[in-house]
Order: sequence, then structure tokens, then C-alpha cells
Amino acid sequence: MEALANNLQVLFQGLALGSIYALVALGFVLIIRATNVVNFAQGDFAMLGGYAMILFTVGMPGNPELHIPGFAMHVPYGVAILLAAVVMAIIGLAFNYGVYYPLRNRSFLPVLISTLGASIFLQNTVLALFNPQPRPLDKLFNVEGVTIGGVFLDSQYLVILGFTILAVIFQYFFFEHTLIGKKLQATSQDKDMARLLGIPVTLMIIITFVYSAVLGGLAGMLVAPILFVSIGMGSTIALKAFAATIIGGFGDVAGAIVGGIIIGVIESFAAYYISVPYKDAYAFLALFLVLLFRPQGIFGEKVSEKA
Amino acid sequence: MSEAIARPAASVVGQNNLPGLLLLAVLAIAFPLLPYALHVSDYVLNIFMNSVTYAMAVLGMVVVLGYAGQINLAQAAFFGVGAYAVGLGTVSWGASFWLSFALGIGAAGIAGLVLGMTTLRLGGHYLAMITISFQQIFDLVLVNWIGVTRGPDGIPGIEPPTLFGLHLTDKRAYLLFCAAVLYALIWFVWWLPSTRLGRAMRAVRDNELAAGTIGVHTLRTKVIAFAISAVLGGIGGSLYAAGFSYISPDNFSFLRSVEFLTAALLGGAQSPFGAALGTVLIVLLPEWLRFLKSLYLAVYGLGVILIMVFMPEGIWGLLRNTFQRMRKPAAPVVGVAPALNFEIKAQSSRPVLKLENLQKHFGGLKAVDGIDVEVAPGTVHSLIGPNGSGKTTSLNVVNGIYRPTAGAIFLDGVDVTQMKPHERAGMGMGRTFQNIRLFQTMSALENVMVGAQRDNNPIEAGREALTKRALSALDFVGILERAHMIVRNLPYGHQRLVEIARALAAHPKLLLLDEPGAGLNQTEKQELVGLLKRLRGHGLTVFLIDHDMGLVEKVSDRITVLNFGKKIAEGTPQEVLRHPDVIAAYLGEGPANAAARA
Repeated sequence: MEALANNLQVLFQGLALGSIYALVALGFVLIIRATNVVNFAQGDFAMLGGYAMILFTVGMPGNPELHIPGFAMHVPYGVAILLAAVVMAIIGLAFNYGVYYPLRNRSFLPVLISTLGASIFLQNTVLALFNPQPRPLDKLFNVEGVTIGGVFLDSQYLVILGFTILAVIFQYFFFEHTLIGKKLQATSQDKDMARLLGIPVTLMIIITFVYSAVLGGLAGMLVAPILFVSIGMGSTIALKAFAATIIGGFGDVAGAIVGGIIIGVIESFAAYYISVPYKDAYAFLALFLVLLFRPQGIFGEKVSEKA
Repeated sequence: MSEAIARPAASVVGQNNLPGLLLLAVLAIAFPLLPYALHVSDYVLNIFMNSVTYAMAVLGMVVVLGYAGQINLAQAAFFGVGAYAVGLGTVSWGASFWLSFALGIGAAGIAGLVLGMTTLRLGGHYLAMITISFQQIFDLVLVNWIGVTRGPDGIPGIEPPTLFGLHLTDKRAYLLFCAAVLYALIWFVWWLPSTRLGRAMRAVRDNELAAGTIGVHTLRTKVIAFAISAVLGGIGGSLYAAGFSYISPDNFSFLRSVEFLTAALLGGAQSPFGAALGTVLIVLLPEWLRFLKSLYLAVYGLGVILIMVFMPEGIWGLLRNTFQRMRKPAAPVVGVAPALNFEIKAQSSRPVLKLENLQKHFGGLKAVDGIDVEVAPGTVHSLIGPNGSGKTTSLNVVNGIYRPTAGAIFLDGVDVTQMKPHERAGMGMGRTFQNIRLFQTMSALENVMVGAQRDNNPIEAGREALTKRALSALDFVGILERAHMIVRNLPYGHQRLVEIARALAAHPKLLLLDEPGAGLNQTEKQELVGLLKRLRGHGLTVFLIDHDMGLVEKVSDRITVLNFGKKIAEGTPQEVLRHPDVIAAYLGEGPANAAARA
């Protein structure tokens, strides 16, 4: 009985963690579909979201070496989330113009490297502006959680699961049932044709970057109370989220969510039963196996280049 | 003749660059001797040591990224494999430096091979992800497997090697030795592009699909490039370990991998000299930019973006382009090449190409729906049909880009249905593409040489025979004088001819031409008809698809007509073009056509 409760506990944690990977993976997939490029700074959106929350709630000390003053706003949690989302939208816009747009007509490799540069830039800018120490963030609700059948359900984990479900439903309606969603889909499938049909492709790509940045930021805000906010938090999340997109099927929306959850659960169980120090390696081992035996991923289809 | 053709186009270092070459040699010799001439601190000596050993890893990036066009974000891990082999080998296991060195190179090479074989099939983004994963796992193992790697504390007390009885404890002497190794590696990486393997790598980088179609084993080429890169990283790491006598996991982190990548991009990923330059800059920049304090890494990240936007070919590329603009353009090739020999065997009546009930379905769409075709030896056989009738799909199935849903393909009596495109090319199947697929950054000659170097091509071994064959093919299509031009700069019509020459250089038993007339003007089309007639005159078997009835009618011995994936007619041009079903398929059913039907 106790073993079952333990396993359920581990599963629950895995699902919550997997939801975070899924949210970041969704951002990946949207950008892959719109621009055919993997954004290696996607995880840093989560990091920035976390820091924005800290900034708007408890505040940050500055960096005396560079004469940067501390900053704090102490606004209510809900307002802080809204403000942080606005900040993320602005960052997404800047990212589009600074990192993607100048390279839009080149092959995927220069853009990929450019996003890698952006990732280093974002992490180290935050590091230089604020103290490198990891920061804790309060939970959304001021309750620890509930215990059901011997399984402790942390309130923040429940928030994460709930938000992920909402985000998936929202995204489904947005893409399938709104005109702008259809235009975004058209852009991702065939930019030239979309342009000929009068769809403002550049604007659509901007929307994609902004949406992905906000989504990534929200994932960071949600996970911050569990993981602490640190400079490197995004990199680890992003690598696993990227692994999730490949396991699920490259560029597939449902695949990103399922892949994220799978990785979260695998990691949770492997850490519990095998070894904690290698926690971060399991996702990659799973990825190697998938690439060996089903390289197109769970939902992916084999595609071959046309001559 | 042979002097004019021997110059590799991949590098600027040639006969007319003597001053540059001399300058380079003086710099190269002076560099490791500086510590002897001047009094330098240990700190400065370490900067030298960093530059020299890092440069080896960056040379690896040139091979894998610059030549083969594949990303590698784990070069620091391969560097680390070499370093830990020397560290553990000499300190923990008491082996000699040289044994550990060999172990390091071997381990890095094997790691590169295994990683490459499992993931290079996928390439692109997958490769980026997998190499990062490998890098992360490597770091985790270094830090956590304390029993073996000694964990975060690292390994101190690594001894420098003994060379010819000389114990290289003097850091300056050891640096001299490392520099010698580095120069040998630079020479190797500089020489590589003009080899068979190097050409294959660049072909894969420029157009992987076309490379496979004309006989390059693309996966093997990429894996070798990746393994060479790993080995170069391993060599650098091994020498690094003995040079600093202490290593710890944070020397081999992901950030170091990015640093190697950045060094290659900054200097110029296409050139070993650029790589060396980039490495020196990457090592020195933190020293110069000390005033930025904690902002340095942020500026560095920004720099990566700026390089990608403004300097895609790196500093070396900028220099080369500037000098090339000042130099005279490549001299046209004058003289005559030996006549192109087709080596067509005594004619048997067996069809050169036979398609049996060939089918290709995409989901519910039956693009090719059970066609039977026999192409007789020495004939030009055309496949025509309205848009969407399945012509290009058929051709893609014939040469192996698509696997058929059902049916069989025989090339000269051999069942090739299950073979990959490069294997079919190795059996003598040549092809051109509707939307020209050349290796854009290579010269016309090099493009054709890649075609000539297919497996089983009946020519003599060696570079000279290959070059001769390529020149003959270029001469045959009439653009010999353009041999040394980069194909990107050639006019469209000439590019098409280069593509045909590339296929001809491989002694094809069967030549597949995918809409060779597309995009040509009337004069060029006339010339194409002439060329095709000459090919037929030499007894070459051609299977051709095109829209242009005029062209098809003039050159074909036999025509097969497709509509909706099915064969609706076959025969001589006269028979087929009067066939009522063909007229209906092209012009639609109407009162006027009904008359023709009757």
C-alpha cells in the first residue's frame, strides 16, 4: 500500500515536471513550425519569466560592480504575473527583430547558432545585472497542498497541471477556430503561398515569437517556486523540452505535450529508483533510444525531401 | 594541360600567393619561438598553450562544420575525452604519455563514430540536440563518477611526455612540440578538401540529395567527417592535459564547446587558417575585454549573433573575398581535353531499365499506379504526361529517392529496387534534376569530379584520371573553358550543362534526365537537342521526362505517356502523339478532340 502511494507520489511529481517541459516544448514547436528553426534560447524565456516575477514581487539586489541599483515593486502576485507576461511579450518582439529577422533568408544553421548566441547573451546579461545567487519565489496559493490517499499533492504542482491543461485547450481553439490561428498555420506550412494570399507573414512570425516567449515565461513563473530562479534554470529545462519535441515527433504539437510528460515521468521514476546525480541524463538516454528505434518520434511521419 | 588543372579551388594559397604564403610561414615559425626570445610569464605561456591546443579542436570544427556542413556542439567533450585519457592514463593507471595519447585519440574517434553513426542519418537540428546531450552526459559523468574521474576535484600532476629521449618539462619546449603538431594538422585540414573524401564532404554540405544521387555515400561521408573532427578534438585535449598538468570537469563544459564553435565561425569555418586565427582571438578576447568585467560573456553572446549576421564567412572569408576581388579572375582553361569515352558494352537486347508494375502511393494518392516500362539499350526513351501525372515521382522512384510501394526496378538485369540512391549510382545510374542541383560553392570541374568518383566507375585510379575524365565531360557538353568557375556564378544554361557533364563523367549505363529543357531559352533548347542527339549517337541509353513536346518528339526513339499515374500509351513519337487518349489527356475532351478520336 505504501509502495503504491510512493509510486503515485513520484508519478504526480513527474506529471507536474513534465507539464513544464511540455509548455516549453510547445513554444519550441510553434517556432519550428513558423520558421523551421529550433530556438536554443527558448529555455531562457523561462528563466526570464522567473526573474521577472522575482523583480515584481520580492525584488532583486543590483550589481555594485557595474553600479546597478537594486529593484523591487512588491505588487500583488496576480499583477506581477500580468506585468511579467508583458515583459516577456516585449522580449519576444525584440528577439524576433534581433535574432531571427536579419537571418530569415539563410539556412537553419546560422539561425540556430544565432539563437545559441542569444541564449548566452540573455543568461549573462541577467547574471551581470543581478546577483548570481538562486532566488526563491512564493507559491501562487498560500497553501502547502492536500494529502489524498497518502499522496501529497503540492498546491504549486496542481497549479502547473491545471495551467498546462488550460494552455493546451486555449492553443487548440486559438489555432483551429480563430482566423488568426488559421493564418498562423498557413504561414507555418507555406510562407510563399501565404504571402501570395495576402497573409502578413512577417507579422505572423512576430506573433509566434511573442506567443512563444510569453508561454516560455509562464512556464518559468510556474516552476520558479519549486526549482528556485537561477541563471541556468532555462538551459536544463530547454534541453529536456527539446528532447520532448523529438520524442513526440519533430514539430508536432500533440507530440510536444506527450513527449514532455513522458520525459518528466521517466526522470521522476529514474531519480527515485536509480540515482539522483544522473537525473538530468535520463531524458537524453530516452532520446538516444527513440532516435535509434523510432527516429520520427511518436507522432511524427517519415518525410523525405522532394527532388 | 595538367598544370592548368591541378590547382585546388578550395584555398587561396596557390602559386600566385607567394607573399602571403611567406608571411604565413614566418608568423608560424615565429609564434612558438616568441617565449624563447622574450621573457614571458607563466601566465602568458598558458595563453600560448591554450591557443595551440584549442586550435586543434577548432580545426575539427572546420572539418565537420565548414567542410561537411554538420553541427557539432560537443567538441569540448571530445577534447575532454583526450584530456582525461592522458590524465587518467598517466596519473591513475601509470601508463606512458604516448600510450595514453593513443588511447585518447582512439577513444575520441570511437565516440565520434558511434555518435555519428546513430544520429547523422537525421542531421540538422537532431544533430545539434544529440551532441548537446552527449556533452551534458559527459559532464555529468566527469563530475559524478568520482571513483574513476576523481569528480570535481580533477586530476593534478600530469607529466609532460618524453620525446626522442628529451624530457619536455620546459613549457617552452613542450609548446614548440605542440605547435609542430598543430602545423601538421593545419596542413592536413588544408589538404583535405582537394581529396576524394573532401570533395564528397563539400558535396554533401552543398546539396546532400544530389550528392547521394550521383554516388556519394552521404552517411559514411558525414560519419567520417564527424569522427575526424572528434579525433582532432581528442589530440588537442591530450596535449592540453600534459601542457597544464591539471584538468578538471569545468574545462570541458558546454560553454567551451560553444567557444570552439565561435572560434571557427569568427575566423572562418571554411579554412584551417581562419580556424587558427579565430582561436587566437577567442583566447585573447577575454584578456582584451577585461574592462567589461562581468558583462564580458553577455557581449560575447551578442558577438556570436553579430558574426552570423554580418560575417557569415568569418574574418578569413572577408580577407579572401577582398583579395580575390583584387586578383585577376580565374583564367579560362585553354586547350583540349581527351574525347569523352562512353565505354558502352556490346549491345545485348536486354533492356537497360525495366520497371515492373511500379507503384508509389502517398497516403491515398496513387501518384504512380502500376506502370511497366522497358528502355531498350542505346535508345532515348521519354516519359511524358500532363502535370501531376506522376512523371517526376516515377523518376524519383527509379533512382531511389523514394521507395516504391510495390513493383520492381531492374537496371541492366539487376534488381535495384531495395538499393539506396548512391548504390544505384554505383551501378551506373546517372541523373539530373529539374531544378538544378549542383554543389553551388564548388567549381564546375569539382562538381564533375564528384560525379566521376562514383564507385565502380571504369577509369584509372588516382586524381589525374579523375580530373581528365571530368574535363572530357565538360568538353563534351561544350563548357571546358569554364571549368574553374564556381558554378554559382555560371549562367543558368551552363549550370544545366555542368549537371549533365557531372552525370556523364560517371560512365552511366542509364542517364535519367528530369526536364532538361526546363527554363532554357529557344537557342539553348536547340543546343540541348543537339547534345541529346550526340549522346544517342554514342549509344548512351537515356530515360527522359519533359513537358516540351517539340523537344521530346525530336530526340525520342520511344515515348511512354502517363496520366493519373497510369500508362495510357506507348510507341514511337508519331504513334503516340496521334493517339486519341494522349490528345484527350493533354487538351481535354471536347468536340474538336472528339473528331480526332473518331
